[in-house]
Amino acid sequence: MNFLFRAKAKASKFFRTFFGKKHSRIGIYGPPNAGKTTLANRIVRDWSGDAVGPVSEIPHETRRARRKEDITITGTNGSSISIDIVDTPGVTTKIDYHEFLEYGLEKDEAVRRAREATEGVAEAMHWLRGDLDGVIYMLDSTQDPFMQVNIMMIGIVESRKLPVVIVANKIDLPDAAPQRIRSAFPQHPVVQISGMEGKNVESLYETMTQVFG
Amino acid sequence: MIQGVQIDFVSADRMERLGVMEKIRLILDNVRAGRIVVLERGLAPEEQSKLIEVTMMEISPGGFAGIEIETYPAKDGGEGFGGFLSRFVGRKPEESRLTVIGPANQLKTLKKDEGLISAWVSSR
Repeated sequence: MNFLFRAKAKASKFFRTFFGKKHSRIGIYGPPNAGKTTLANRIVRDWSGDAVGPVSEIPHETRRARRKEDITITGTNGSSISIDIVDTPGVTTKIDYHEFLEYGLEKDEAVRRAREATEGVAEAMHWLRGDLDGVIYMLDSTQDPFMQVNIMMIGIVESRKLPVVIVANKIDLPDAAPQRIRSAFPQHPVVQISGMEGKNVESLYETMTQVFG
Repeated sequence: MIQGVQIDFVSADRMERLGVMEKIRLILDNVRAGRIVVLERGLAPEEQSKLIEVTMMEISPGGFAGIEIETYPAKDGGEGFGGFLSRFVGRKPEESRLTVIGPANQLKTLKKDEGLISAWVSSR
């Protein structure tokens, strides 16, 4: 596996050095628990052998945007992109600390988590209005894609004229229905993956080089 | 004293006269006071983004828990095949439509489709 990382890193460096690819800052957005950090970790591990942050089943595990710089992704056709990947907290319009108590957290910890989550979402929204060059919008294939927050977020991304790739994640789960996501957002490329198992991520990388390149 | 939930219906004309932060304040001040705000015409994407950001900054544990927001899908410009077609033929996307905003702990959306938003509102 280390050999694979090294080979990819060398290929990335080669392309960056000789072709001077444009450098873009790509934000991973989506509702809580869509699998954003799992995907960010996979991208970073696949192309630099590092990691971005921890994941868990508790909503808002990622409460501060985390950035990993200088990731170069090379598609199967040889085209490559150089990006900073920004993993953001799950976007929502409401956060109640009681929600965290259900996962066994103490009240103090739940309150702290809620406060950090609100700050993280505010920061992520602020960045979306000026600091990004493209967006990966991550959705859980087992959930309803027509949730208001998704409609709003895609509208915001479109209004900023940012290139976007929609990722239909968790296709390994029995309830997954990625076709609902395709029908909800037919105006954008939709790639269905399992971030957990790594299924179809090569197709995502290919799409990223096309859309963000 | 009358008990219940106040619903404010805000005309598009009134909103048009306000700046972005004035709109956000009008919405959030009312929602934080436990009212439901119904906008005749929804917010622009930039305003929606700012609304989420400011909402997050005002959430307090044990107090304000955020907002519930629902709007009808844009007729031609927003999402789906209509949106794609509009962009393809160069038509200006239509602004978002009637929008309902309320306190997250009081307003629950029961059902929403292209022509109907059903909401359940509880008094505090």
